[in-house]
Amino acid sequence: MKDSIQTVSAGADHKLSEQDLAEAKAARYQAGKSNSVGRYIWPVCALALLLAVNLLLDASFFSISYQDGRFYGSLIDILNRSAPVALLAIGMSLVIATGGIDLSVGAVMAIVGAVCANLLITDISVFAVIIIGLSTGILAGVINGALVSYLSIQPIVATLLLMVAGRGVAQLINQGQIVTFQNDTFSAIGVGNWLGLPMPVWLVIATLLFCQLLVRRTALGLFIEAVGCNASASRYMGINDRHVKLFAYAMAGLCAAMAGMIATADIQGSDANNAGLWLELDAILAVVIGGAALTGGRFSLALSIIGALIIQTLATTIIVSGLPAKFNLLIKAIVILVVLLLQSEKFRNQCKQLLRISARGDV
Amino acid sequence: MQPVLELKHISKRYPGVKALENVDFRIFAGEVHALLGENGAGKSTLVKVMTGAESKTAGEIIIDNVAHEFATPIAAQKMGISTVYQEVNLLPNLSVAHNLFLGHEPKRYGLIDHKAMTTQAEQLLSRFKLDIDVNADLAKYSVAVQQLVAIARGVAMSAQVLVLDEPTASLDAEEVQTLFAVMEQLRSQGVAIVFITHFLDQVYQISDRITVLRNGKQVGEYLTAELPQTKLVEAMLGKELQQLTARRSNPDDKHMAGDDENAVTFSNVSAKGSIQEFDLEVPKGQAIGLAGLLGSGRTEVCNALFGIDTLSSGSISLGGKVLQLSQPSDAIHAGIALCPEDRKTDGIIAPLSIRENIILALQAKLGWWRYLSKTKQQTLADFYIDKLQIATPDADKPIGQLSGGNQQKVILARWLAVEPTLLALDEPTRGIDIGAHAEILALIKSLCDEGMSLLVTSSELEELVAFANKVVVLRDRKKVTELKGQQLTSQHVMQAIAEG
Ligand SMILES: Nc1ncnc2c1ncn2[C@@H]1O[C@H](COP(=O)(O)OP(=O)(O)OP(=O)(O)O)[C@@H](O)[C@H]1O
Ligand SMILES: [Mg+2]
Repeated sequence: MKDSIQTVSAGADHKLSEQDLAEAKAARYQAGKSNSVGRYIWPVCALALLLAVNLLLDASFFSISYQDGRFYGSLIDILNRSAPVALLAIGMSLVIATGGIDLSVGAVMAIVGAVCANLLITDISVFAVIIIGLSTGILAGVINGALVSYLSIQPIVATLLLMVAGRGVAQLINQGQIVTFQNDTFSAIGVGNWLGLPMPVWLVIATLLFCQLLVRRTALGLFIEAVGCNASASRYMGINDRHVKLFAYAMAGLCAAMAGMIATADIQGSDANNAGLWLELDAILAVVIGGAALTGGRFSLALSIIGALIIQTLATTIIVSGLPAKFNLLIKAIVILVVLLLQSEKFRNQCKQLLRISARGDV
Repeated sequence: MQPVLELKHISKRYPGVKALENVDFRIFAGEVHALLGENGAGKSTLVKVMTGAESKTAGEIIIDNVAHEFATPIAAQKMGISTVYQEVNLLPNLSVAHNLFLGHEPKRYGLIDHKAMTTQAEQLLSRFKLDIDVNADLAKYSVAVQQLVAIARGVAMSAQVLVLDEPTASLDAEEVQTLFAVMEQLRSQGVAIVFITHFLDQVYQISDRITVLRNGKQVGEYLTAELPQTKLVEAMLGKELQQLTARRSNPDDKHMAGDDENAVTFSNVSAKGSIQEFDLEVPKGQAIGLAGLLGSGRTEVCNALFGIDTLSSGSISLGGKVLQLSQPSDAIHAGIALCPEDRKTDGIIAPLSIRENIILALQAKLGWWRYLSKTKQQTLADFYIDKLQIATPDADKPIGQLSGGNQQKVILARWLAVEPTLLALDEPTRGIDIGAHAEILALIKSLCDEGMSLLVTSSELEELVAFANKVVVLRDRKKVTELKGQQLTSQHVMQAIAEG
């Protein structure tokens, strides 16, 4: 029976000539460049689009004036207001890249605010207050990191503990009050200017530069991505995945501390109930809009900052548009959904296919 | 006679890569059709296209004169095509039985009948002579067991066509024969089987027909009986294979001793749930082979050496100094490297580039502070891509997009880059094509000449005997014997494995 089946060819005279194969090989290896530029396109486009909408709504949107040694304008305002979320997003990027998540950063902001406010009404130097505040944030991060890496508790659960308990701790420190203080040096963190730009903006720029150098000029960024992609393989390569995770959570704590100080300095007081409330969610959203996967792996600090800017611009847009406030949350959700869909390659391909089909239908 | 499944003019493009170009493939009922080619030739891609795991760029899939489009593997399954992919795609946190029947569990009153599932799972696995606890998590078992489970699942679902992508890559000779018995049974029932492998002797043992791919193009379709092995190799590589024959003709210069200095000594090593009272000396510049059946303790020896399993008694020393090994980085700093058996979970970091995957172990050894410059990384990557002939357009491609065999080469490169004193290789040639196979064996030999010691686990006895100075045979997690010199033949090793 087998014999009745004809064979296509047998023996040495193969169908392909050497030339054919050389061609095939060359064709197979053409192009194929890494698309790191491509990652920036969609978040940047979304931001540009939002800004354009603002310009339509308000012709003076892009105008910037200079008064009393300081720039004024909607753009500056957006930069300034997005600072706390941008800071949180830097730390959150690192944590998410390891495959984790940190829900506690909002509560850590409250704790640090409470610590600083209560120290400022004593006569400790501002410099010491800042150091203590930052250390408090790092300590909180280390606790989160230890729970995740040494006790192997799921990140979402481990940081949920501090998210809930942290606000309680802040309330205890404040003894249920809103603690206010008078200290111009400390307030400058929130409301001061330098070279015409608000202090929080400088803080974000400095933190971004510092972290960027730290993770990209050393092997830390690569280790974080390796652990996030495949913790087991990383261990086999001799990377200490526990230390890497601990570092990421500590950085998130440090960033939260800075954000907490901005919030406290802004209102010259610590409100344990409201400081940083829900900001952890905005921070996570910023990272996701920046194109990072919650499962861990590749991250970009700059993209996360763009994510934070998108969130803040959107908030401003809604106010400028004059829509009733009750639409705010709904619109925010819809716009963010659109941004996320645009980022998804699968969705874009499906759109293209739909377009092609409808184009054919027209003919 | 009409083929049960026919692919016509199939092309598949990935961004920047033409993985398949105008490939025809057909398979008849009741035959085993071997799909052959070098690493990266496009075999797995063809399988993915024909089973709905990837969409094709062009071409037709024809069943019973009707063209079909499979959007998902489930759609293909409904048409009677069941597949075991190259990388085991099971759920490690579910039990073996659940993995076997996921999606079509035996039901009773609409609920899963666990008792029936257990018995059916045991029955199914007994066909593969596998006697394990089917209610334990799959993750507990070795790669080979997982592969057998994946095959058993495929066999259980196979209706018309069964596709097996490198099913024998991590199996022992005996397990391969068991698998072949099952395949023959299916063949006589009229099932069409697509079989991918890099072992040519297996091709000649089981297959009826051969299709050869090279560089994404089809070279030809042949009847196995009409195609001598030399012609087959020529079709696959596009040239004759010289190294392999050269190696075979003078296998005996391997017994020149290296230094008498010992690189690594195991003395009376035991670990809980692992090897027992294990003694071994690995002299400097020598290659020691580890042989034994599945679960005999080969991988466990490597794990103990690499600080993955903690020792309960005994010690491991290097150059006379006792080592404290509590994690892999301890071992790496002591000069020991391990290329692990499970490529997918312990080896590759799929989204990272080839370059990053090659330098990571070296970087981890240097520490986070001493970051290798991009130029240095690139030089290292280019060097190994060239030396191991890794088929890739550039070093920036994510390793997950390479073919299985090429991934294996990258992992090998990673450990060579560390330049260890002792390199432990757990199934180093798994899934590597015959051309590269010869290259890697030659490389292992030259490494030994340069003074590196090797501890190699392999199911391919021919290969072990070809380069090892000594082969240690394990059984039930204990050493049974050591073979060297005149005794070192695959015959003897096989005997020792069987008899203990
Ligand atoms: N997802 C992907 N993206 C880009 N290129 C890919 C992808 N998957 C495979 N390729 C490329 O397609 C080609 C064929 O790969 P394939 O996995 O089919 O090879 P193979 O013949 O199965 O090799 P092996 O014997 O090593 O398993 C390779 O050059 C590979 O790099
Ligand atoms: Mg393959």
